[in-house]
Amino acid sequence: MRPSRFVGLANYAALGDDPIFWQVLGNNLWFALGTIPTSIALAMLMALWVNDRLPARALVRMSYFTPTILPMIAVANLWLYFYTPQIGLLDKLGALFGFASHNWLGEPQTVMGCLVAMTIWKEAGFFMIFYLAALQSLPPELEEAAKIEGASRWYYFWRVTFPLLMPTTLFVLVNATINSFKLVDHLFILTKGGPDNASNLLLYYIYQVAFSFFDTAYAATLTMVLLLLLATLAIVQFQLIEKRVHYR
Amino acid sequence: MRLFDQRIPVLETGAAWLLAFLWLSPLLYAFWAAFHPAALATHFDPLSPLTLANFEKAWTYAPFARYFVNTVILVTMILSAQLVLCTLAGFAFARFDFAGRDIAFGLVLVQLMIMPEVLIVENYRTMARLGLVDTILGIGLPYMASAFGIFLLRQTFKTIPRELEDAARVEGCSMLGVLWRVYVPLARPTYLAYALVSVSYHWNNFLWPLVITNSVNTRPLTVGLAIFGAPESGVDWAVISAGTIMAVAPLLVAFLLFQRQFMQSFMQAGIK
Repeated sequence: MRPSRFVGLANYAALGDDPIFWQVLGNNLWFALGTIPTSIALAMLMALWVNDRLPARALVRMSYFTPTILPMIAVANLWLYFYTPQIGLLDKLGALFGFASHNWLGEPQTVMGCLVAMTIWKEAGFFMIFYLAALQSLPPELEEAAKIEGASRWYYFWRVTFPLLMPTTLFVLVNATINSFKLVDHLFILTKGGPDNASNLLLYYIYQVAFSFFDTAYAATLTMVLLLLLATLAIVQFQLIEKRVHYR
Repeated sequence: MRLFDQRIPVLETGAAWLLAFLWLSPLLYAFWAAFHPAALATHFDPLSPLTLANFEKAWTYAPFARYFVNTVILVTMILSAQLVLCTLAGFAFARFDFAGRDIAFGLVLVQLMIMPEVLIVENYRTMARLGLVDTILGIGLPYMASAFGIFLLRQTFKTIPRELEDAARVEGCSMLGVLWRVYVPLARPTYLAYALVSVSYHWNNFLWPLVITNSVNTRPLTVGLAIFGAPESGVDWAVISAGTIMAVAPLLVAFLLFQRQFMQSFMQAGIK
């Protein structure tokens, strides 16, 4: 290790001039936008179904939750098979309908979509359990009152359940945002951040800078950016939790 | 009485089942591929012959036995250290008045917000200075003083009535005796939830173990699996599926047996 030398804000100035940094930050934004709303909507839907008296409910609930306990590396191994050109399941399904083979993970246009789909699959069941707990704490009188008023299920959901689930939604939203910065394990198997950084995310970029390019100083600078982002989210989360306490 | 239950439409039931099937299918497919000859991996003929050859191959292609041992040592070591450290720290924060307590607890809360994954660069430098690179202890050390564990146990200990403690003190119990005989037994559900979360987290953890290890003797399962499953390794699908299933099997079986407990523990960990 070389002796440290104070360089002022030089490392931060380097950030501004690093096109990959901005690209990676943009990717993170797209990854977040792609995964968060869909996985939250699915989680809510799953919870509503599993909370109802659905036939084979326990089995359905277990199926939704199972991806949560699998390591991201194993998940990537399973999904890599779907995305592989020609021999992959996705291409084989496409071939049945006459679509041409596609290099799903090898092209900048499709790679992010593939990662987003996999992450939604991994996360939705986890978020479901928070909604499930919230649904079970709703007083049953609400449902009875709505029934007496002759409200439809649809109306009841939008006017009663959905607003009452709002604190849970905010909570899940923050957690999902934190996750979108934290989940990078799958990149090691699926894309290594490629092609041409099209699927690179901030934490993976930090790993590359530190352990492939051996630029520890710049990696530390990038870490500070990530910490700043997460600290902001943490403050938001903390205030939400405070608020939730007052609701009850 | 549940009022809308009778009216859950058939279409919705179908959709819920379809989604459940979709959600399970990657895993089902992995099972299919792992138990069939590689040539038949994509022919979904229920009568095609079953085989264990893929598991044998996976077992010999990569030192899975060693990886398993490493992961078990890692997970056990982290959990035991966490239980001791978090119990003592949580007890101190819950029941003792000492100078700087609030500042110290504030620091614990800060750590709670920052996941260790983010600090791979800094933690690597620390481990290098301590000479712990490529040791199992080096993988585990950053996680042992778990902020989540301290926080969780402090909250649990705070809910235990002081009268129980006072009664034990009157009977001549020492402070550590009170902790061991009163607080720890009453916090058993919290310990169970925490243990489940800790074990699953570290069984599945990847990024930090990847950074800090560089030999077969220290690599946990996830890192071994990543090397084994990487496209460059040239191993075929059936064998990769078999390896993947071996790596996730212990946790998967535990989950299937204790589903409710798992879901509750994960939820508690999420909410903090």
